[in-house]
Amino acid sequence: MNSGRNVAVLGGNRIPFARSNGVYSNASNQDMLSAALDGLVDRYSLQGERLGEVVAGAVLKHSRDFNLTRETVLGSRLAPETPAYDIGQACGTGLQAAIAVANKIALGQVDSGVAGGADTTSDAPIAVNDELREVLLELNRTKSNVDRLKLVAKLRPGQIVPEIPRNEEPRTGKSMGGHTAVTAKEWGIAREDQDELAAASHRNLAGAYDRGFYDDLMTPYLGLERDQNLRADSTVEKLAKLKPVFGGEGGTMTAGNSTPLSDGASTVLLGTDEWAAEHGLDVLAHFRDAETAAVDYVHGGEGLLLAPAYAVPRLLDRQGLTLQDFDLYEIHEAFAAQVLATLKAWEDPVFCKERLGRDEPLGSIERSKLNVNGGSLAAAHPFAATGGRIVASLAKALHERGGGRGLISICAAGGQGVVAILEKEGN
Amino acid sequence: MADLYTQIVNAPVANTLATTVGLPVPTPLERHSPGDPVLDGRALVGAAPGGRLGGPTVTVLAGAGVPAATESTEELRRAAADAGLDAALWNADAPSGDKFKALVFDASGITTTEKLAELHRFFHAAIRTVGRCGRVVVLGTPPADTSSPGEHTAQRALEGFTRSLGKEMRGGGTVQLVYVEQGAEGQLDSTLRFLLSPKSAYVSGQVVRIGQAGEPPTIDWDQPLEGKVALVTGASRGIGAAIAEVLARDGAHVVGLDIPALGDDLRTVTSELGGSALEVDVTDPDAPRTIADHLAAEHGGVDVVVHNAGVTRDKTIAGMDEGRWRQVIDINLSSQERIDNQLLAAETLNDGARIVTVSSMSGIAGNNGQTNYATSKAGVIGMVDSMAPVFATAGATINAVAPGFIETQMTAAMPVPVREAGRRMSSLSQGGLPVDVAEAIAWFASPASTGLNGNTVRVCGQNLLGA
Repeated sequence: MNSGRNVAVLGGNRIPFARSNGVYSNASNQDMLSAALDGLVDRYSLQGERLGEVVAGAVLKHSRDFNLTRETVLGSRLAPETPAYDIGQACGTGLQAAIAVANKIALGQVDSGVAGGADTTSDAPIAVNDELREVLLELNRTKSNVDRLKLVAKLRPGQIVPEIPRNEEPRTGKSMGGHTAVTAKEWGIAREDQDELAAASHRNLAGAYDRGFYDDLMTPYLGLERDQNLRADSTVEKLAKLKPVFGGEGGTMTAGNSTPLSDGASTVLLGTDEWAAEHGLDVLAHFRDAETAAVDYVHGGEGLLLAPAYAVPRLLDRQGLTLQDFDLYEIHEAFAAQVLATLKAWEDPVFCKERLGRDEPLGSIERSKLNVNGGSLAAAHPFAATGGRIVASLAKALHERGGGRGLISICAAGGQGVVAILEKEGN
Repeated sequence: MADLYTQIVNAPVANTLATTVGLPVPTPLERHSPGDPVLDGRALVGAAPGGRLGGPTVTVLAGAGVPAATESTEELRRAAADAGLDAALWNADAPSGDKFKALVFDASGITTTEKLAELHRFFHAAIRTVGRCGRVVVLGTPPADTSSPGEHTAQRALEGFTRSLGKEMRGGGTVQLVYVEQGAEGQLDSTLRFLLSPKSAYVSGQVVRIGQAGEPPTIDWDQPLEGKVALVTGASRGIGAAIAEVLARDGAHVVGLDIPALGDDLRTVTSELGGSALEVDVTDPDAPRTIADHLAAEHGGVDVVVHNAGVTRDKTIAGMDEGRWRQVIDINLSSQERIDNQLLAAETLNDGARIVTVSSMSGIAGNNGQTNYATSKAGVIGMVDSMAPVFATAGATINAVAPGFIETQMTAAMPVPVREAGRRMSSLSQGGLPVDVAEAIAWFASPASTGLNGNTVRVCGQNLLGA
């Protein structure tokens, strides 16, 4: 991307995130993504505009949503000639969508685009189990009614039990929280530190709402105007009362310092500086570079959610930057323990030497620069929608401060990590 | 081999019974076999902030191939990274639940009595992670080597902690305090390896002092005495034979010495070890010259001298004739002085020579009927104190081991109540073996033990007597 054209982040729009089985229970991924996209179109007057492309995804997806993003575009006020496609990289989907759009802009293949993502854990796809599926598919292939009857007669009650998507890694059978509890223990992440991070997340998100930071980043949806998970009055003391849910006896991870299941959608508008000028839009920040890493959490002994710890140093090296060369940090708070373990890994001479092959640790960051407008612990984390939330709010925050550099780090299922740098030229 | 009582109470039914009625259940102690790792498990390294010994500790562990976890201090993590030790992290506020075979705590950062709370912080969380035959080593600064009265007081306080923790250990665990002088941080290797390994099975509650010395030589840790000549007095049986065996295992050519009357036994021991026998009565006025001449002529000098020969002639002082007194003092103490002086005068000691002498728990605690013996053995401690600076100028060291209840022919002949009391009145609730004394001597004898001079270390399972 260094050699390509500048990629500008021009704005974003999302709907408030709702808790699972809450106000968005009956909204589909397409409903929510449409709401977010329509809000974006309205805000930036993109009605009838043919954009270069729209890229989005959803982690929990119905089979009918095979063309979710294109269907969303067709239902939106964008020109129907705007192409679209779906992508998926678990919790990294939203940021990876932005990278995909940014890369095409940088290469000169498109001048503008929207990246986004939606996820619902309420309107989740429920599948028939494999045995029933086989019978049903066979039924479909069978021609004679007698044969069909024979097939139906084979059905057993056990085959009717549906398959509900589970929040677990297929190769380990362990939930993401279970994996992170191992990481928390390995890195000695104390309960108090996790609760402090969670409290700060709520404090920062509430503060951002109060000063109107999200006014031009959000469209109210189904009566919700703020993220439903936000507890503005959350404190370390209150969080300390919660029982651990992961890590067994002596566990440190609670419902308070882990992200809840949630529903929501987000979008980000990207374009060239010229396209922005033609449309009378401010450049909030430039999308400088991105990196994706993966770790072997199955056999390699690395933590499931520690891939960003590998991705960031690679990105820094490519850009000739240090970890301290940033004014803002947006580290996705899947779990407070994940964030703290990542920060500790970068501070640890042993990890940096043995795993990253560096003579010096990356060092620590100023915590006052971390997730200054709230993180996933407060806003919640509809998987594919998190990337868009972070890119848009970081770009705006850089624009507000009149310049600076921001680092985005998002961990994802399957031992993956997506990271990116946004920059706002200025003072 | 565990004694009969230990074997019985470790059998399933008897174990339940013994536990129920509150009898001690001694854990069969793990002991070293050639080829064994230094530590059969992981070590956890903790530190009070501002310490200077955590880094050197981590370096030693890395060199000894001991897998480790450390607390998250800059010093420890830097040292681990520099040493290429892929050490896990451990946090007392959020312990991982992992088990450890050994804990090493750098207490040198405890410069005030308030900071003694660091001991509680670490061990309160860490002690439960220690498994069977576990090892605890606390590192500090010699009180006299501190820079303020408060630091002196705090460092002296460590001794009460380690001695008490030794008594709280279960399952054959041991606890030691190692005082390391300023500037002697590079001398930790041989001592940490010994105290962490099963070689120190019967050493607990001890205080070891490591002083400044020249750079320790690079050695083969499996054969530290390769090419060295070691004189062992009283080598024909018991502890002496065990010493000869262990020094030979470590690569030394052993010159076994004993009285002519025990010549057959002596030759049996030395021939099996590929050593040589020297039949001399150490009380003979010519003995020092005979020994020095033999070592010079046959071996070109000597590297290790172990003064093990000793006798008991027990009587209460009122009933003791002068002969019993004189004989014990002469064999156990005066003859050692004469031999050492001759070896010094004749320059028979090779560079980096090691004198190791055998004191006794009786010399520390005193014992009914052993005024002569205890005097001689306390004198051995005095000799170590007085001669350490003398040997230092000759580039040599002198240290002593003080055995407690060691299972030998002598103790086997004791009346049952006395023997049982001797065995159980220690933190490890059992007697030691001759090899335990021999391993401690081999530790002092190692060429790497440059920083050890003037120490008397008990091999007594932290016996209650004199502690």
